[in-house]
Amino acid sequence: MAADTTVADNLRTALYDTHVALGARIVPFGGWDMPVQYQGVIAEVAAVRNAAGLFDVSHMGRLHIGGPNAAALLDILLTGSASGLRVGRARYCFICNDQGGVIDDTIFYRLSEDEFLLIPNAGNRPAVARWFDRQLALHFDGRGVHITDRTMLTGLIAVQGPRAVGMVDQLCEDFTSGARRASNPGRTPAPSQLRPFAWGRGHIDGRRVFIGRTGYTGEDGFELAVGSADVVPIWNKLTDAGVVPCGLGARDVLRLEAGLPLHGHELSDTITPIEAGFGRFVRRDGGYNGADVLDHQRVYGTERRLVGLTLPGRSAPRAGYDVLADGQVVGTVASGSYSPTLEQCIAMAFVDAAHADPDTVLTVDIRGRQSQATTTEPPFYQRPS
Amino acid sequence: MNPEDRKYSREHEWALVEDAAAGTVLVGITHYAQDQLGDVVYVELPDSGAPVGHMAKMGEIESVKAVSDLYSPVSGEVTEINGRLAQEPELVNTDPFGDGWMLRVRMSDPAELEALLDAGSYNDYLGGL
Repeated sequence: MAADTTVADNLRTALYDTHVALGARIVPFGGWDMPVQYQGVIAEVAAVRNAAGLFDVSHMGRLHIGGPNAAALLDILLTGSASGLRVGRARYCFICNDQGGVIDDTIFYRLSEDEFLLIPNAGNRPAVARWFDRQLALHFDGRGVHITDRTMLTGLIAVQGPRAVGMVDQLCEDFTSGARRASNPGRTPAPSQLRPFAWGRGHIDGRRVFIGRTGYTGEDGFELAVGSADVVPIWNKLTDAGVVPCGLGARDVLRLEAGLPLHGHELSDTITPIEAGFGRFVRRDGGYNGADVLDHQRVYGTERRLVGLTLPGRSAPRAGYDVLADGQVVGTVASGSYSPTLEQCIAMAFVDAAHADPDTVLTVDIRGRQSQATTTEPPFYQRPS
Repeated sequence: MNPEDRKYSREHEWALVEDAAAGTVLVGITHYAQDQLGDVVYVELPDSGAPVGHMAKMGEIESVKAVSDLYSPVSGEVTEINGRLAQEPELVNTDPFGDGWMLRVRMSDPAELEALLDAGSYNDYLGGL
């Protein structure tokens, strides 16, 4: 167990000193020094499931893609339609290579007719930016789109949990929806009026905030993009209101409980969205990179499929462990953890299609112990409606 | 913070002599170790009666995020395991030097204790990590 695992040339968010002052354990992640936990993963998961948690996700990228050809370029780069997305809305989808493998998964927001904000994963930001530049040169001769990386100029924080929306409502002033359609007449506009995957703008503590009703925890909530100088005051405003700081450890458990993929585990440049069971985020009219492969897989199926596994006990299956049927290896764990919310172990695993139907009984080799695992369709956890 | 009444390994286990004549010790992990692990959810220990070896693997400890091997600070025979940890593994976090103990061991070579660190040396060792 090494005491100091931070890396000298890792990037730090504007909140780094705040995390250290809060007693966070800092770990390297995707080229950044990030808080993995403050008080403890179990308490932080409970805060998000029962009240409200606060995450520094400034390590994720902020790419602004603008210009007359922006929507047309994104239609080629993304499995979700950009030209069909209304201003004021956001969409989750994939950036695929020509083989259908996932370069990254992303949420992108339509800011105006000609401008989009796209959020790549921290470690994938350089690869995504390079891929976009190459594709722009290939399809549009490098013209009609400007790509600006605003990651280091801004911060991104997520407020998640059943109490998150009400708390942001209380703190937010001068809210306006990003949609051009006016909100309900007679009602004071508020962030809570945003539908899921819609965005707006407002002020917290007198500072400009971009507010998206998005997240990565399976709970309701917002992601807030703000200027770098405003991140710490806004973070403090939220923690003063009682929102609990949560680290990447809790975030990983929460997203796994909610059945959400993490690039590098359930998705990669050699795993397609269809294999991973996320075909609902892939449009059916083609025209994007990798469409031929994904269309074919959707019709004819794939050799392996991502399944959920539930296991009794508390000894967790972890990434890379073998999944077996009748003593034969039929798959590999992509992510696994003890789930404090469900009080059992859960995992997502790629298994041969023959063993992927729900309620199939398999085993996972947990460091030499054969642990019984039952397949299920994620999510493992769904918030009460 | 690290009690003076026991000896420590560089792998962050402790051994507390209970009965010098009978050669029995309690074994657990340190506050530093549980803090590094985070929330403990599972402890895999040898059965009562099993042999353990000096700095040989005696079990595994899992937190939400990681799994680590446990090493026995002494050689001997396990005479009892802390049964409470099966239902309350969080005792390792809340009371690592007390109710979070793991094994009771009858030592086969009490001289091995001399190779372990006293509290002061262990503090110095932690300071250098």
